[in-house]
Amino acid sequence: MPEPLLEARGIVKSFGRVRALRGANFDVYPKEVVALVGDNGAGKSTLVKSLAGVHEPDAGEILFEGRPVTIHSPLDARRLGIETVYQDLALAAELDAGANMFLGREVMRPGLLGKLGFIDKQAMRAQSREAFDNLGVALQDTSAPVATMSGGQRQGIAVSRAVTWASKVVFMDEPTAALGVVQTRNVLDLITRVRDQGLAVVLISHNMPEVFEVADRIEVLRLGTRVARFRRGEVSMEDVVGAMTGAITHDDLDRRDQDTPGEVTP
Amino acid sequence: MTDVTTTPADEPEVEAEEAVREVPFWQRLVSGSATWVGLILVGLIVVFSLLKPDSFLSSANFRNIATDAAVLLVLATGMTYVIITAGIDLSVGAVLVFSGVVSAKAMNATGGNDWGVIILGLVVALAAGFGWGLINGFLVAKGRIPPLIVTLGTLGMSLGAALVITGGVDEREVPFKLITTIGIGRAFNQIPWLVIIAFAVALVFGVILAGTRFGRYTYAVGSNEEAARRAGIAVDLHLIKVYALAGTLSGLAGFLSLARFSTTTIGAHDTDNLQAIAAVVIGGTSLFGGIGTMLGTVFGVFIPAVLNNGFIIVGVQAFWQQIAVGAVLIGAVYLDQLRRRSQDQR
Repeated sequence: MPEPLLEARGIVKSFGRVRALRGANFDVYPKEVVALVGDNGAGKSTLVKSLAGVHEPDAGEILFEGRPVTIHSPLDARRLGIETVYQDLALAAELDAGANMFLGREVMRPGLLGKLGFIDKQAMRAQSREAFDNLGVALQDTSAPVATMSGGQRQGIAVSRAVTWASKVVFMDEPTAALGVVQTRNVLDLITRVRDQGLAVVLISHNMPEVFEVADRIEVLRLGTRVARFRRGEVSMEDVVGAMTGAITHDDLDRRDQDTPGEVTP
Repeated sequence: MTDVTTTPADEPEVEAEEAVREVPFWQRLVSGSATWVGLILVGLIVVFSLLKPDSFLSSANFRNIATDAAVLLVLATGMTYVIITAGIDLSVGAVLVFSGVVSAKAMNATGGNDWGVIILGLVVALAAGFGWGLINGFLVAKGRIPPLIVTLGTLGMSLGAALVITGGVDEREVPFKLITTIGIGRAFNQIPWLVIIAFAVALVFGVILAGTRFGRYTYAVGSNEEAARRAGIAVDLHLIKVYALAGTLSGLAGFLSLARFSTTTIGAHDTDNLQAIAAVVIGGTSLFGGIGTMLGTVFGVFIPAVLNNGFIIVGVQAFWQQIAVGAVLIGAVYLDQLRRRSQDQR
């Protein structure tokens, strides 16, 4: 196994009295799809947000390509080549698809107008359209506000945005939760395609058949710590569900850095 | 953009799709709320013109309407930005008064009747407005206090400070040159400078809102603050800038008011804030943020102004204007709600 691309070590994050992460570990290897699974409240979204710069962890260490990094803001994550599809999609509903695609990284007009702060809406629309076409996201009108679009289209925009800008890792927090059968198929195909193009994909999902279909590895989070790691093909769905619910423990593949469930790491 | 997924598509194909997917300009124009507000304004003008062709439909009368609306247009320009961020600024009228007072004091303390003094007065007014706007923005963005409360607080503070400075008595003296030029002067003997300045302000900030990154971020922050933050936009800083802009424009409005009335008119601006908010909302800007245009605001400023003027000319009691504007305001917000509801049903 190569060096991990991204390693989280002993991440602790509390919200008031709620300890969402209690020393969670997590690894992402290059060019893999790793599923992060766990029951509701296991801390999956919190872990992702900690690695995406939305939350700042209270304790713990993040290594990127072997060196320690700090991710204080979404900009820090972006500089490392990490992009995220959030569960709530984080789209500005009143803006159009192109504007959302380029939110925070607007293309400026050439020359003096650009220096004066004018943005090149045409270029952004054209580039967005290209990205949507390549990723199979069907939009009738790219100049319409996102608010007028269906759940699947919104999801498509959020996913397109993340995979377009990511150069190393894409986090996807329940990317198929709001989707129909065909659209789910598209997203799953997209995940493997993105992986084949050299990115690492972290898939957060409740849907076991989906996880078993696309994930190369599975990491299980329970009560804010990692309780198990599996390789696809070496584990049954029952075992994964068992690890998620606490029915089975000590299934960790790598016993050296196994976390004890419920252990409180300072 | 990384080259992971964006292999260039065939150019002709993209061109062909563009025609299908882009809603034509005229269609967007028809569906835009600013267009409807503009039609209402035109309708009002037509009705009053038919009723009283010689007195309403004259350049002198239009000049009156525009002059009366000029100061409000400057306030509403800043208010448009604030409301698009899903905020509100109740302090604009009070900041206008404060800025006028310190500006007049500064000019009178310096003395003289030349452009140097006038420019000093302008700078002082702008700086005073900027200061209050900065306080508003900082408290809203960093203090996380609701804008309604912050600006209600600074409304009281700035108006109180203006009263403390003047002892409650209007400063009745401003450089004569200011009155004869900006105050009552006209370009080419036709268009009042006040009107030109107000429209220039609306135009410049309308273009910035529609075309620049600053404008785009204003919409983004109002549409989904958290999404903007996750996209790496410095949301707090942007909010501070927007409130500072609204404050600065209130300062400019204070200076223009000073030029027009040659006195600080301390007691005459109690409802300026509500008038500005009404104008912006009538113009199609959503109180929930993320939606709005400067063109709509211009129409929204002129609908009450035309109603007021028209009612007087056709002999209806001017008090009816307040009733009519109130109804238009409620109608505008109702339409905004309908639009949002129909979108949410998707």
